[in-house]
Amino acid sequence: MSLAARRSGIPVHVWAGVALVAIALGVLPFVAALAGQAWVRILNFAMIYTMLALGLNIVVGFAGLLDLGYIAFYAVGAYTYALLASPQFGIHLPFWVILPIGASIACLFGVLLGTPTLKLRGDYLAIVTLGFGEIIRIFLNNLNAPLNFTNGPQGINLIDPFRIGGFSLASTETFFGISFSGPQKYYYMLLLLTIAVIFVNLRLQNSRLGRAWEAIREDEIAAKAMGINTRNVKLLAFAMGASFGGIAGAVFSATQQFISPESFGLFESIIVLAMVVLGGMGNIPGVILGAVLLTLLPEVLRYTMEPLQMALFGRVVIDAETIRLLVFGVALVAIMLFRPAGLWPSAVRKRELEVAKEEAAA
Amino acid sequence: METFLQQIINGLTLGSVYALVALGYTMVYGIIGLINFAHGEVVMIGAMVALSVITGLLGSHASLPAVVIILAGLFVAILVCVAIAYSMEKIAYRPLRSAPRLAPLITAIGMSIVLQNVALMVWGRNYRTFPTLITPTPHIIFGAAMTDLQMLIVVLAALLMGGLVLIVQRTRLGIAMRATAQNPQVAGLMGIDINVIISAAFVIGAALAAVAGLMVMAYYGIAHYYMGFLLGLKAFTAAVLGGIGNLAGAMLGGLLLGIIEALGAGYIGDVSNVCGLSSLSDALQQKCADNDGQVSLFGSNYQDVFAFFVLILVLIFRPSGLLGERVADRA
Repeated sequence: MSLAARRSGIPVHVWAGVALVAIALGVLPFVAALAGQAWVRILNFAMIYTMLALGLNIVVGFAGLLDLGYIAFYAVGAYTYALLASPQFGIHLPFWVILPIGASIACLFGVLLGTPTLKLRGDYLAIVTLGFGEIIRIFLNNLNAPLNFTNGPQGINLIDPFRIGGFSLASTETFFGISFSGPQKYYYMLLLLTIAVIFVNLRLQNSRLGRAWEAIREDEIAAKAMGINTRNVKLLAFAMGASFGGIAGAVFSATQQFISPESFGLFESIIVLAMVVLGGMGNIPGVILGAVLLTLLPEVLRYTMEPLQMALFGRVVIDAETIRLLVFGVALVAIMLFRPAGLWPSAVRKRELEVAKEEAAA
Repeated sequence: METFLQQIINGLTLGSVYALVALGYTMVYGIIGLINFAHGEVVMIGAMVALSVITGLLGSHASLPAVVIILAGLFVAILVCVAIAYSMEKIAYRPLRSAPRLAPLITAIGMSIVLQNVALMVWGRNYRTFPTLITPTPHIIFGAAMTDLQMLIVVLAALLMGGLVLIVQRTRLGIAMRATAQNPQVAGLMGIDINVIISAAFVIGAALAAVAGLMVMAYYGIAHYYMGFLLGLKAFTAAVLGGIGNLAGAMLGGLLLGIIEALGAGYIGDVSNVCGLSSLSDALQQKCADNDGQVSLFGSNYQDVFAFFVLILVLIFRPSGLLGERVADRA
């Protein structure tokens, strides 16, 4: 069937739905801006985390390799951009030049981590990746002496914003009589990038490689017997997951214009993993849902917890920062208890879980 | 030589604490295959509760002997930790026993966040100092100093570990635990109540964690709501280093990790000193001149890197830890 014929086969209401979603996503930053520019920034973060979670989903969700140090690749991407586009070394390369550099360096680190650890299974792999993530963070934290590379715990400041020609995304500008703030312009750039990343992920999942990953996840020995080169395919999962992490990192650097090792701790790795698992491992819409939800939830709590306490008790009983994390932790536990396969599990996993339940009952 | 012995002593002390915490990880993992991420927070709660009781008693009954005060603190800490671990297992882990493997991992992370923030609410954000009830008198052994606190920690940890081995090897409970670890279904058919055994593993681990919490607080002299995180991470690393699910492995891993860290921190500065090299850049030569020929690429702030680096090396050559057997394949 040709592409055109297939397209014409799609019913009108699907197109209408797509158009509606597109319009909704298009006006979203302006709706969010009504509540303050901070919310536009939060939306931007939701998209960065979506890219990050989709990258981790390749490793954990598709290939079934538990990675607890994924944030290291995000850090590598972020620092690559920061060092090549800031006064730190006086280098100012354009974004489009750094993006592939950042992705390939992160990819290289993915292979570097993957090669020696592919023999490891299950939780041993988890702890090695965790150790790797910590090693990267500690190096970033300490590479300011005797020679200053990363500026240590102070982080790197004054990173170049995203620019196309002379057009910077950081400043407010007016087109067609509508004023676009910096975060709003970033929103559209991030939206395009996120859609691209989602598209690549969807194509990957249904590709020969995607099916090979799934086969390895289900049964590595059987996959090997079917002629899959498990070592190379697993290495590819690490490399591709890492590249997406690197891209997300570079984008983070350009959006934030300031980075420090603090943003790349183990806790961040764990949160990204929580996004993948809680949304529904291996299912792309689920992972997106998990990423958006876990980015928004703490922020919503930040703004609602204080007024809520005022309304209930007439004073602030617990300070907002503490209770927000407390509720976040409780929510993680509760969601997993009620939906153990995640909020939006893939059809395969759902089926597996039902079979497992029937077996347990029998 | 003195530095070497000194670092060995320091490493042994810290390693004993790691070993006690690692036992909690490894027992739970051995039986239900769960990385109990919240275990480090249980250690922190133990330390904080003990601290509160001890400072409270010092305020109201200052005439009591120090030993009584410390034991009272320890007793309450053990009670609280056991209660927390027991209810945690019941609420957050038991309902997910037949769920996908990563689901209880996420609830464990959730519990860890909850415990940390509860501690933050109760004890605040600041570092708390531990009153010096035991004045550390150093004893000189071959030119290296070992305080009686360090001796106490090492001896007590050794006793506890010996006791645990006795329980696991000799008592009915221990036999039931080992049977459940091998095959829960068959153990159930043999009349063992698996739920009780799993609770027992959590409870014993939590009691050891409370002791470890008090030890590490007394050793460093401070406690903090965030202290459980890195300690738990190190102890888990130790458990994996030794071979997770294996009691002897956890002890060996803990002691080794402590010693490796101490030696690493003690020597890495000298080993990576660049001033002895013949070809140096002008900037580095200048720095060497400024710092009396002591410019290290890696200082003792790389201590943690050392621990993880050794872990990765060990796992590359022995993929299931030093004393471990193969574990489940899937994530």
